[in-house]
Amino acid sequence: MSSTGISQQKSATAINTAAIHAEQLCRHYRMGETVIQAVDGVTLEVRAGEFVALLGSSGSGKSSVLNLIAGLDRPTSGRVIVHGRDLAQLSREELAHYRLHTVGMVFQSFNLIAGMTLAENVELPMRFAEIDRAKREGLAREALGRVGLQARMKHRPSELSGGEQQRAALARALINRPQLLLADEPTGNLDSHTGTEILDMVREFNQQLGMTVVMVTHERALAERYAQRLIFLADGRLVADEANSAVVATAGAEGRA
Amino acid sequence: MKLPDLTELALRNLRESLLRNSLTTIGISVGVASLVAMLSLGIGLQQLASRRLMKSGLFDTVVVTSRRDLRNFGREEERSGPAPGESRILDEPTRKEIEHLPNVSEAYPDIRFITELRYEDKPHLTMVAALPSSAKTNDAFEALQGHFFSGDAAPEAVIQKAFAEELLGKTPKAGLDETNVAELAGPLLGKELTMRYAQRETAPTAAATAANDKSAADQGISGAAYSVVSRELKLKIVGVADLDPESMRGPTRARVFLPLKLAESLHVMQPTDLREISSAASDRPLYSSVSVRVKNPAQIRTVEDAIKKMGFNTFSILDATRSLQQFFAVLDLFLGIFGSLALAVASIGIVNTLVMAILERRREIGIMKAIGASDGDVKKLFFAEAGAMGILGGVVGVALGWAIGQVINLGTNVYLKRQSLPPEHFWSVPFWLVGGAIVFAFVVSLLSGLYPAGRAARLDPVQALRYE
Repeated sequence: MSSTGISQQKSATAINTAAIHAEQLCRHYRMGETVIQAVDGVTLEVRAGEFVALLGSSGSGKSSVLNLIAGLDRPTSGRVIVHGRDLAQLSREELAHYRLHTVGMVFQSFNLIAGMTLAENVELPMRFAEIDRAKREGLAREALGRVGLQARMKHRPSELSGGEQQRAALARALINRPQLLLADEPTGNLDSHTGTEILDMVREFNQQLGMTVVMVTHERALAERYAQRLIFLADGRLVADEANSAVVATAGAEGRA
Repeated sequence: MKLPDLTELALRNLRESLLRNSLTTIGISVGVASLVAMLSLGIGLQQLASRRLMKSGLFDTVVVTSRRDLRNFGREEERSGPAPGESRILDEPTRKEIEHLPNVSEAYPDIRFITELRYEDKPHLTMVAALPSSAKTNDAFEALQGHFFSGDAAPEAVIQKAFAEELLGKTPKAGLDETNVAELAGPLLGKELTMRYAQRETAPTAAATAANDKSAADQGISGAAYSVVSRELKLKIVGVADLDPESMRGPTRARVFLPLKLAESLHVMQPTDLREISSAASDRPLYSSVSVRVKNPAQIRTVEDAIKKMGFNTFSILDATRSLQQFFAVLDLFLGIFGSLALAVASIGIVNTLVMAILERRREIGIMKAIGASDGDVKKLFFAEAGAMGILGGVVGVALGWAIGQVINLGTNVYLKRQSLPPEHFWSVPFWLVGGAIVFAFVVSLLSGLYPAGRAARLDPVQALRYE
């Protein structure tokens, strides 16, 4: 077998086993005459059950990469394959279905809907998934209970602290039992103590549920404390991909991959 | 997303911007109210006209004559069938046969004769006609002074205003208002009229029978001898009619009316008796025409056809009702268009409200898409909001339109009362209009939601999430 054949075979095996496989990923925006290369040829791979942090300064392209993995955006070129499915090949409806069932997202600004109570916010993805009301209410109560907010179910987001809002957002992200949790600066609007609390929860879900986590952050210390792997981006390019020796890989994470 | 969830979310969103959405809904309500008001006026006027015409007895009546009555013969449709001499005669068995036809409510003979009536020893020559008891509902008797006949065979008379004037020796002066019927009725009601009339009597004398036996038998006119006897009958004036119930009859209209059974029992000599000499002497009366009342004016054509098949001539004012229906269809169309204009303006309000909602809820739409809402879910949500405003606006609008109608009806009736005219109900909101207006408002709202819903569905979630 030729060396090219071997490398293609390796690549195919990697795509099949990886939770996320991004290949020569580019996302360019046109602003008037200028073309902004938000993501410029990023190739990366995340194994199932892995906790990965995407690090970089503002404008480095880390959130753009996360949006491409989340199926919120489409690459200008290259491809993202999540659990064997090329997102570029999916229709808008299929992408919505992918976001609903495969991905859970947590944002820096929590993104809870202000006019809804916590329970309604958590139930919302289940409404899109057409789950029966009775079942929905039970699941929402259970999810909010898991993040310690059972007593606040009927409260609106504005009546809660930042940490509580992020916990509710986490409950909403996990309600449809996704395989992938994507967190965009989840601690950006929180004090360090609350941020740690949130990331403790994320790590717990990662370890207990075997969920793959990709977290965008610019706080290296937090990343080093929780992520098994640190991927550094600058000017839309991947500049470093390091295993984090400080974090002991959870037993079985490799096995699940 | 399931329909109950969609409705619940839509209503929740509408509550979030209560003032703006309420104003938009009021806009729809005003549009629907104007549509309902216009159409219910059109429908009400149509019903009023139909009611009036029905009461006039012209539009549900078929006048049947024998083909032997040559006055009507020669019209295109009547050229077919037997020759006049061979066609059927209009007598009591025929009347009963017609009365038993489907959709016929009654068939009564037209008894009408010119005779002399004496009032306070002065003779007055006029046309007298018989009326069935069902004629009581005729609108000409609505403002009747006194009362209608107490029975179908009572020796009573209802007289027309013009005849009352003649009896009292009052002639209306040109240019002045007509005489008040109440003033005329006062001195006449309860008074007596003496009617002199020619009674037809079967009189087969022995000599005549013997002499004519053979030839009469040959020609089928056995016993065709009759005599005419002059009689008198005292009638009590029980009513004076303001309007002329026979205004459409022209020169043959009567000014004095008798109960039908009474008139039949008198065997007054009729013009038909002279034509039908072979049958006139029999005990069975012959009729010059029979008026047939149909249960529903829509059935007039069917009844007419059935009677024609029996071999008679018929006449009805069917075409007049057709043009009337056409007129009201056009009127309703125009009123509907004017009414819809307000709804069209309201639909622009819906578009504006929903476009504003997209701007305001841009981030919310982004969040929903990020957590798994499809374009279809977002589109349906905006449609549901537009539809909910439409239904709500429609319901309130119908109530408002109905209330406007009641107020206008009340106001107009106050005006009519001041003009000494009877009150009228010319405002009608039928159930189909209630349902139709709500459905129409719903459809217009959905159409108005097309553009905003499409725009919301196409929102780029990344851009929407960046929106503050």
